[in-house]
Amino acid sequence: MLEINHLSYRVEGADGAVDILQDVSLTVEDKKFIVVTGPNGGGKTSLARAIMGINLPTGGSILWNGEDITALSVTERARRGISYGFQQPPRFKGMKVRDLLDVASGEKMGHDTACDYLTKVGLCARDYIDRDVDTSLSGGEVKRIEIATVLARKSGLMIFDEPEAGIDLWSFARLTDTFREIHDKKEATILIISHQERILRLADEIVLIAGGRITARGSVDEIYPKIMADTVVGCNRLEVDRKC
Amino acid sequence: MLNEIQEKILSIVADMKGTGEGAVNIRSDGKKAFRRNTEHIVIESKTDKDGIDIRIAPGTKHESVHIPVVLTQGGFRDMVYNDFYVGEGADVTIVAGCGIHNCSGCDSQHDGIHTFYVGKNARVKYIEKHYGEGEGGGKRILNPQTILYLEEGASVTLETSQIRGVDDTKRYTRAECRGAGSEIIIRENLLTHGDQSAVSEMDVFLSGFDTKAQVVSRSVAQGSSSQVFYPRVSGNNKCFGHVQCDAIIMGSAKVRAIPEITCNHVDASLIHEAAIGRIAGEQILKLMTLGLTAEEAEQKILEGFLR
Repeated sequence: MLEINHLSYRVEGADGAVDILQDVSLTVEDKKFIVVTGPNGGGKTSLARAIMGINLPTGGSILWNGEDITALSVTERARRGISYGFQQPPRFKGMKVRDLLDVASGEKMGHDTACDYLTKVGLCARDYIDRDVDTSLSGGEVKRIEIATVLARKSGLMIFDEPEAGIDLWSFARLTDTFREIHDKKEATILIISHQERILRLADEIVLIAGGRITARGSVDEIYPKIMADTVVGCNRLEVDRKC
Repeated sequence: MLNEIQEKILSIVADMKGTGEGAVNIRSDGKKAFRRNTEHIVIESKTDKDGIDIRIAPGTKHESVHIPVVLTQGGFRDMVYNDFYVGEGADVTIVAGCGIHNCSGCDSQHDGIHTFYVGKNARVKYIEKHYGEGEGGGKRILNPQTILYLEEGASVTLETSQIRGVDDTKRYTRAECRGAGSEIIIRENLLTHGDQSAVSEMDVFLSGFDTKAQVVSRSVAQGSSSQVFYPRVSGNNKCFGHVQCDAIIMGSAKVRAIPEITCNHVDASLIHEAAIGRIAGEQILKLMTLGLTAEEAEQKILEGFLR
């Protein structure tokens, strides 16, 4: 079980302190599928990175399977079964797809197993296994390889940060099937940051984050109409005050 | 017979077990330690100066030549001239490495000048590894020069690497693609640490019609070491050349990269790229999320980069 208690994250900017997360509390039961959504800059990625230990919170605590992991390093959390798929995964000159999958699984992965993980993200192992994870790959390809490394961790908690970003429609359909399959087989607790209705529809629960706070929680049928009703595209000031 | 230190160094610089296979010449502390010729590859000692002539018969296919050098005596200075004559249409792999084991307080130095005369349509893969070890305060110094002349349709791939332990190196490579359609590929990997210094200069002349050159340098500078890269490519005919220098810098190291391209012909097309920077923090974080420690992540990134 994942328990987040009164988490806050404040950073010092040029114009003073900025509260990225404020008093965020969230409990995720084992094997649940949670989708975190909300406007850009609302704190979703900061929350995901705080769970992974990449951002150190300035207040509150995080418990994983009953253990307080707030002070643990990224490595220690990874070894306790938390994994995180980056929103914008880094590229590596000289590291091959095979190397990353080996590191992720903690052992030399056989061709068939590697093929299995790559297929789950819509890639053919024959074409990709010996490719360098560098700028020769497109954004969508790197993103799918990133997701494959998270799957290969076989961790208890899988966090994906906008897995749909940059991915074509065909691969995206394959990817949603993969998430559904993990959930159906109860293989892991899944926390996905997403704005895609197809992913939202898979969730047991939607958590809406805006302005660094959780502003709503509930089933997709409760939350989705709210999101649509609140949608304002463009400039708020211009629409309300007629000047910006 | 080879001793334990010699065998270890041979396995590192030439991937050899014992005396290996194919044509072999092992030089140890300035003397011939072992030689084996084959039907198509003949190695002979020079009579006018120190070194060997390696003659590879035309049409020799899929054979290898290993000519490693081992220095185990502190204070030893070695200067050697090795000339390779690669016959028309041959296809061979040449492995030349140098390992220095210096436990003394005196400097050990090996300067090798390798000259290749590569015949028409011949293909050569040349692998050279440099390595130094030993606890003594004496420096381990390697100054290799590689000179290549390529005839029509010849193709040479040079893979050179200096992995660890060489205190001071000045490397010079000169490739002349004279024959039409000849091609040179140079891949250089270098890792310096402590207060080591490395300088690598190159001159590539694309003089024949439709010649090609690719220079890829990857280096890692750790500690307070310093590196200078100065690859120069001249296009004197219709040709294509690409120079790429990539360096990872760590600690208080310094790296200077000066890729130079000169077009002396309207159909010459040359490109250069150079990038120097530290390991991106996101790369380390990514590998940490896969369960590695920061140190393990750094090591993994360097391993891949220098492969």
